[in-house]
Amino acid sequence: MESLTQTIQAVPLNHYILLSAIIFSIGVMGVLLRRNAIVIFMSVELMLNSVNLLLTAFSVYRGDASGQVFVFFIMALAAAEVAVGLAIIVMIYRNTNSIDINVLNRLKW
Amino acid sequence: MTTLIIISVLPIVILYLGLYKVQKALLPVTVVGLLAALGAAVMQWDNNAEPIYHGMMLFNNFSVAFSVVSIVSTILILLLSKGYFERISNHIAEYYAIILFSLVGIIVMVSYHNLTMLFIGIEIMSVSLYILAGIRKSDFASNEAALKYFLMGAFSTGFLLFGITLIYGSSGSFDLDVIRDWVVTHPRNIDPLFYTGIMLIIIGLCFKVGAAPFHFWTPDVYEGAPSLITLFMSTVVKVAGFAAFLRLFSACFLTIAGFWTPVLLVITIITLFIGNITALYQQSFKRMMAFSSISHAGYLLFAIVALGAGSANSIFVYATAYSIASIIAFGALILVRQQTGSDNFEGFNGLAKKNPFLALVLTVSMLSLAGIPLTAGFIGKFFMFSGALAHYNFWLVIIAVVNAIISIFYYFRVIIAMYFRSAERAEVEVPAYYKFVLGFSAVVTIVIGIYPTFISSLI
Repeated sequence: MESLTQTIQAVPLNHYILLSAIIFSIGVMGVLLRRNAIVIFMSVELMLNSVNLLLTAFSVYRGDASGQVFVFFIMALAAAEVAVGLAIIVMIYRNTNSIDINVLNRLKW
Repeated sequence: MTTLIIISVLPIVILYLGLYKVQKALLPVTVVGLLAALGAAVMQWDNNAEPIYHGMMLFNNFSVAFSVVSIVSTILILLLSKGYFERISNHIAEYYAIILFSLVGIIVMVSYHNLTMLFIGIEIMSVSLYILAGIRKSDFASNEAALKYFLMGAFSTGFLLFGITLIYGSSGSFDLDVIRDWVVTHPRNIDPLFYTGIMLIIIGLCFKVGAAPFHFWTPDVYEGAPSLITLFMSTVVKVAGFAAFLRLFSACFLTIAGFWTPVLLVITIITLFIGNITALYQQSFKRMMAFSSISHAGYLLFAIVALGAGSANSIFVYATAYSIASIIAFGALILVRQQTGSDNFEGFNGLAKKNPFLALVLTVSMLSLAGIPLTAGFIGKFFMFSGALAHYNFWLVIIAVVNAIISIFYYFRVIIAMYFRSAERAEVEVPAYYKFVLGFSAVVTIVIGIYPTFISSLI
């Protein structure tokens, strides 16, 4: 455990922050630009995982375990979200034979 | 705390009742359980609460008041559900259970004392709502609402989490008290990470409450979801979102209000204009109510822009007034829709001749939403505006008054349709449950409007 902490601390904290910000932005762009529901969904997961990475880095640098506990909560709730989300996508696929979100245009102003 | 335990155990009991096919007992058991939870919440009033479970939760008067509003609104909404879910499918127990699970998340959201619990509460609530939005499995609008709500909800959760992480990174804790002390002891050199974190949390929470640049999912989801679920989303869920918003900002970020107030001010003004002006052009009553809920989110944001000792109270009064008025409006919509099959304003033509009671309570609700004196909505707006004036936000109040005048146009369209347009129609049958809920809500609206003192100094 001690060596693991040292390995993580070998990289400066700023690098973790930059990396997470970049991954988070890729996720945001994915949600905004892609049209396939599954790909959008994967982009959301990318956003959540960048948060996990950053939380772990902060937690190691501060020597405080609560950040890592938060990561477990995020993982558990993301799994719950995946279960519900995939069910919704399957329901849409059964009705329209498509998971492209451009078919979702019945409700418009 | 007992409240949370009762509401968590209740849906499991309901699921067992569904398993053994005791359909008749579902609604009574749910209502009795919620009344017990309500009693347990009221017992907690004024007992000098301390944070419990290692600072995770804090049941103070603020949480008790908002729990009571949420539970009472849920009871009223569930009474309207009598005979509603049966038309969708046979799995009624599941629908009640999921609504109750969502209520569990709401109770956590109004009583958290640690950002972990804020996240968990929001997720418990949202995941249940994704399912509820899509319970009409073969109806395309309901499918679309569920997917849109799910994608936007998950997206906004990402922003909220990134914000929480940055605040943890700079202050070193998720605990609200520790974060507040950190802000107070570092007045000069708060690092940019913390400010970015606050901005991301504002974005995440504005998505959840449907404030303006982040509101685009609201009308589609509210229109597509079944009316009863829309009612739940636009009252209980919105109130809980604002309670969580206010709790975080008044507990932690009060001393650096100069940084985030301008941002929220802009969001508030955009929200008011977009909500009200777009609502003018709607042909569907349900979609008009969706835009009206966006504009009410704008009024509710006033309390956070003008953060002070009275903020909690003004949000409480406004949220109560808004919730009961919306319950009447959607209750009437469900009945009218059953008869005419459409959500449009034409469906209300000539309602006053055949159903004077329904037309009267709907008029009370519309007057309250528009903020006409002697109704609860006026008292709510009065508290919001006087709070803003205490912070010398004159322009904000002038803009809000202009918007209140715009809103009168579209609320009065319903009243005009009911009283002055004639149409050949049969009498709408109003079941006893509906009569009770609609009558009770109308009476509460008028009583708060005439005697505001008993509710106005609670928190």
